[in-house]
Amino acid sequence: MTISPADYVRQTTQDRIMVFDGGYGTAIQAYKLSEEDYRGDLDLPMDQKGNNDLLSITKPDIIKAVHMAYLEAGADIIETNSFSATQISMADYGCEHLVRDLNIQSAKLAREAAEEAQAKDGVRRLVAGSIGPTNKTLSLSPDVNDPGFREIDFDYLKGVYREQCDALIEGGVDFLLIETIFDTLNAKCAAMAAKEAGDASGRDVPLMISMTITDMAGRNLSGHTVEGFWNAIRHVKPLTIGLNCSFGADLLRPFLTELSKNADTLIMAYPNAGLPNDLGEYDELPEQTAELISEWTQEGLVNIIGGCCGTTPGHIAAIANRVKGEPVRHIPTLATATRLSGLEPFNMQA
Amino acid sequence: MNAQTGSSFVNIGERTNVTGSARFKKLILNDDYEAAVEVARQQVENGAQIIDVNMDEGLLDAHHAMTTFLKLIAAEPDIARVPVMIDSSKWSVIEAGLKCVSGKPIVNSISMKEGEEEFLKYARLCMNYGAAIVVMAFDEVGQADTKERKVEICQRAYKLLTGIGFPPEDIIFDPNVFAVATGIEEHDNYGVDFIEATKEITETCPHVHISGGLSNLSFSFRGNEPVRRAMHSIFLYHAIPVGMDMAIVNAGQLDVYDTIDPKLREACEDVILNRAPKDGGNATENLIALAETYRGKDAKAEKEAAEWRSLDVVKRLEYALVKGIDAHIIEDTEEARLLKPRPIEVIEGPLMDGMNVVGDLFGSGKMFLPQVVKSARVMKKAVGHLLPYIEAAKEEGAKGKGKIIMATVKGDVHDIGKNIVGVVLQCNGFEIIDLGVMVPWMDIINAAKEHDADIIGLSGLITPSLDEMVTVAEEMERAGLTIPLLIGGATTSKTHTALRIEPAYSGATIYVLDASRSVGVASNLLSDTLADKFIADTRADYEEVRVARAGKTAKKLTSLVDARENSFAIDMAQKPAAPNKPGLHIYDDWDLNHLRDFIDWTPFFRAWELAGTYPAILTDEVVGESASDLFKDAQKMLDTIIAEKWLTAKAVVGLWRARRQDDDIMVSPDNEEISLPMLRQQVIKRGGKANMCLADFIDTTDDWIGGFAVTTGHGIDEHVQRFEADKDDYNSILLKALADRLAEAFAEAMHQHVRTDLWGYAPDEALDNKALIQEKYSGIRPAPGYPACPDHSLKPTLFDMLNATENTGIELTSSFAMTPTAAVSGFYFAHPQSEYFGVARIDEDQVEDYAKRRGLNMDLAKQYLRPNLND
Repeated sequence: MTISPADYVRQTTQDRIMVFDGGYGTAIQAYKLSEEDYRGDLDLPMDQKGNNDLLSITKPDIIKAVHMAYLEAGADIIETNSFSATQISMADYGCEHLVRDLNIQSAKLAREAAEEAQAKDGVRRLVAGSIGPTNKTLSLSPDVNDPGFREIDFDYLKGVYREQCDALIEGGVDFLLIETIFDTLNAKCAAMAAKEAGDASGRDVPLMISMTITDMAGRNLSGHTVEGFWNAIRHVKPLTIGLNCSFGADLLRPFLTELSKNADTLIMAYPNAGLPNDLGEYDELPEQTAELISEWTQEGLVNIIGGCCGTTPGHIAAIANRVKGEPVRHIPTLATATRLSGLEPFNMQA
Repeated sequence: MNAQTGSSFVNIGERTNVTGSARFKKLILNDDYEAAVEVARQQVENGAQIIDVNMDEGLLDAHHAMTTFLKLIAAEPDIARVPVMIDSSKWSVIEAGLKCVSGKPIVNSISMKEGEEEFLKYARLCMNYGAAIVVMAFDEVGQADTKERKVEICQRAYKLLTGIGFPPEDIIFDPNVFAVATGIEEHDNYGVDFIEATKEITETCPHVHISGGLSNLSFSFRGNEPVRRAMHSIFLYHAIPVGMDMAIVNAGQLDVYDTIDPKLREACEDVILNRAPKDGGNATENLIALAETYRGKDAKAEKEAAEWRSLDVVKRLEYALVKGIDAHIIEDTEEARLLKPRPIEVIEGPLMDGMNVVGDLFGSGKMFLPQVVKSARVMKKAVGHLLPYIEAAKEEGAKGKGKIIMATVKGDVHDIGKNIVGVVLQCNGFEIIDLGVMVPWMDIINAAKEHDADIIGLSGLITPSLDEMVTVAEEMERAGLTIPLLIGGATTSKTHTALRIEPAYSGATIYVLDASRSVGVASNLLSDTLADKFIADTRADYEEVRVARAGKTAKKLTSLVDARENSFAIDMAQKPAAPNKPGLHIYDDWDLNHLRDFIDWTPFFRAWELAGTYPAILTDEVVGESASDLFKDAQKMLDTIIAEKWLTAKAVVGLWRARRQDDDIMVSPDNEEISLPMLRQQVIKRGGKANMCLADFIDTTDDWIGGFAVTTGHGIDEHVQRFEADKDDYNSILLKALADRLAEAFAEAMHQHVRTDLWGYAPDEALDNKALIQEKYSGIRPAPGYPACPDHSLKPTLFDMLNATENTGIELTSSFAMTPTAAVSGFYFAHPQSEYFGVARIDEDQVEDYAKRRGLNMDLAKQYLRPNLND
């Protein structure tokens, strides 16, 4: 009898650093798809070019090929092509009615790819359902003259996330990955929706949580420091907590160090391939990224490592190769304390 | 902001509560949210660690007001940085609030008023939203008033909550503070009920917190602020030691227990503790009668004019600066301002001229640090008076010689030296941006960038700060800074700077021995003509240190096995008898007058960079006059400290069974054995000298050891802040230096008390202060972090055994520095042959062995033992 996906991750990370996949945008761009390619034979009102999540339905072979490339590069865990598959983000393409299908199909594609790879080499592969931040925020006002204004409210956003979570679970994901979190309240809302979806499905679907840092002072857009963020989200007992996107591995290091010290759960991090150049392209080569990441692993900062914007299967292969045999991170035991936060942590001995 | 190093008390701001603040209520009712947000900002600025937000008011749509206000403060980073307490009696308002708060808040409150089912439903929701909770001692029957009811309800709630997996550390009980002195007899015991219930609840419900709203207590004395403040302070004084660790209170409106007029204090205490007054009568009636005399009080003294007052204003300013007299500086500055077309000319003219005289005198050794600091105080006040005029005229401030960021690094709280250096540099025309103590590297780097600083100066006193300075240097390098980095503080050294800090940073990195050198160093660094040579010379100098050190590196040490073979052969026949009074001894308020006689004054003068031994220094040819003046000021302040009880001396001593097991001392403070691993000298010894280890002084069976923590720092902050607000660095530094001396004196006095009474192995000892300073007594008191026991990280273990944080209020920072800083802790060894020594360098074999014994991984062990490593 196989152990649960979460237990498998917990056990495996005691022996080695596990590998997550890399960016999908760069890989999809390489196919130079036209608007017609995106649209397929669907009758849709708006221009669909750039609606990458739609490809799970209209070009499933391409998405599966990218999954396979990452799995072959050495990824233990891949994420579904569903980062923007919510009512809010799909409104930009007039595709709100496809949200459920997009998530189910994305989950199925990733699942198929994972199983094929597993059958080939016998190494267990897992699927995380990608949940992006949406392009709306619960903590900030879009109107500088009215700081109390909000475009959306908690209950509405929770419903949006719930629809996505239900569909991803139905499609067969092992985990739900709330990622690229720029607004901590959005993440708390998503986590609540995910928990409720998990409970409703009758399955245990552990959460993976990943914050993105938007300034060099180490805060996300809603202003939280990494420890402040961790305190705010710790109650959902995530399988992993970590950082993604942000900047490259070099600039992310001090913040990852802070998180690694304070988080009593597994750490997953997947940085960009450095900072983009003037043209918005990422120049960092696979070996460079791998080199920077080995600085983390040598310090024992992470349990699971992957890539975000600008990374390719080449980067993941270089990383997977590089971290082989590197020391694993041990989860710290923290003193019992009441861990509150505003934007910053406030811990009281208890 | 963390309070995790000890059971410190948390202030919850109460001004953003419509039921507690009439002003806030009016603002919200008038829809003036902008001003209401300012109220929140002020609270955080004034030190509220959490802000309570309450909109329960009949005329308000509480749901709307709560969410509007929370969204608005979310947009203010200097407010939103602290956690919010969402306070409402309506669950719907609380839940609406939870949906707007992005951090981890506290819900205030839920209770069993509507039964267990409702209670647990709300508790589960709080858990799902990620909030800690305040639980009111309220059940189906009603609000708990007696001790028994409070305890019973809280215990029941605790069981229910932990039963559904609610984290116990996220539970805060509010056992209801009720009004006393109401004239109704049933209310008389309410204070006692709360205090006793608090004790029992914290003892039986692990990890919970206890909070309460203080303003209820003094409800009968509305309009009489002095009495209300006294009552709140006295209540906390009794409730905090038994476990109350939070309160909704206006932090600025509490008095220090010892500064409350004894008559009022006693009357309040009688009421709160429900005691029969000593002089008869009824406690409530006594307090009501006494309260009438506290409605408004005021008094101020006048000062005499001296001969120099007849000089012209420019001369008067110079005289005041050189002599450090601040009595007339504002009026003189104002007079000078009226004579000049532009206020800036007063600074650039007479004031700078006066300071130049001071600088010259200091530079030529005719004036000493204490006087310079006094001069700086006068200058600051003068400039403070002129600034508003300069700003009003939109003129630029006086151009300084350069901007210097100063900070005591993260984990360290010592700042006397840093403040002195800051003052001296200011006197010499540099602009100082002082970031204070415990400053993370990120803040240092950000401040340097923001202010476009010319130099960064780091300070630290304890050894872990050395590592932190390396981290700051590394991060400065990563951040691409190139400005010079100055290193100073007691444990820093040229060697450490050359070996560890300079290689981490490509900008100039310079060790500064003391305040008087800081001016020369800073001036050189910022000089167009001298900087390059100065930096190159320093680099060459440090390179030499490294080369010399590299030659020495592989210093041959004895192996740990051989060192243990050569341990100190102690004569256990001389082992002192068991202590008279084993166990813990707690002292809440030791007589400061008694400590005065134990002060060792020599280090006090050293802190002010006056070289010499007390008392000879007072008549020293060179520094005698300066030292005498300083000593006079110190004695005067000491008189006031004692008379007005500015400081409270608290201590805890423990005497425990112990035995030696190899290099570990196994201590039994209660039934469990705790191991204290010690380090052994590994330098090669000749002539029959032993490789010492503190464990050598303890027998393998049936022996004893002591531990202690003393502080004289409680109460100091208020006075330091008062001086600093008054731009009075001189008295601020003087007070800190005196508090440090008193703490050392306390350690000395306590050690004597232990020898003659508590342990009692030297009951007839008769040593005067000089003999004590020369350590003529039997037995030693080594401290973690000092030569015989260099690992600072043993302090938490010592503190646990002593329950020191609770018993003395001393807390430890992340680098194991003690706060208040005027504190000493250590171990007592009683064996007559025990002596002080330095562990010095140790080899890899002992580090590995020690890491194993301490249960540390190698990296951490190396970090803790860095100053002793043989590399």
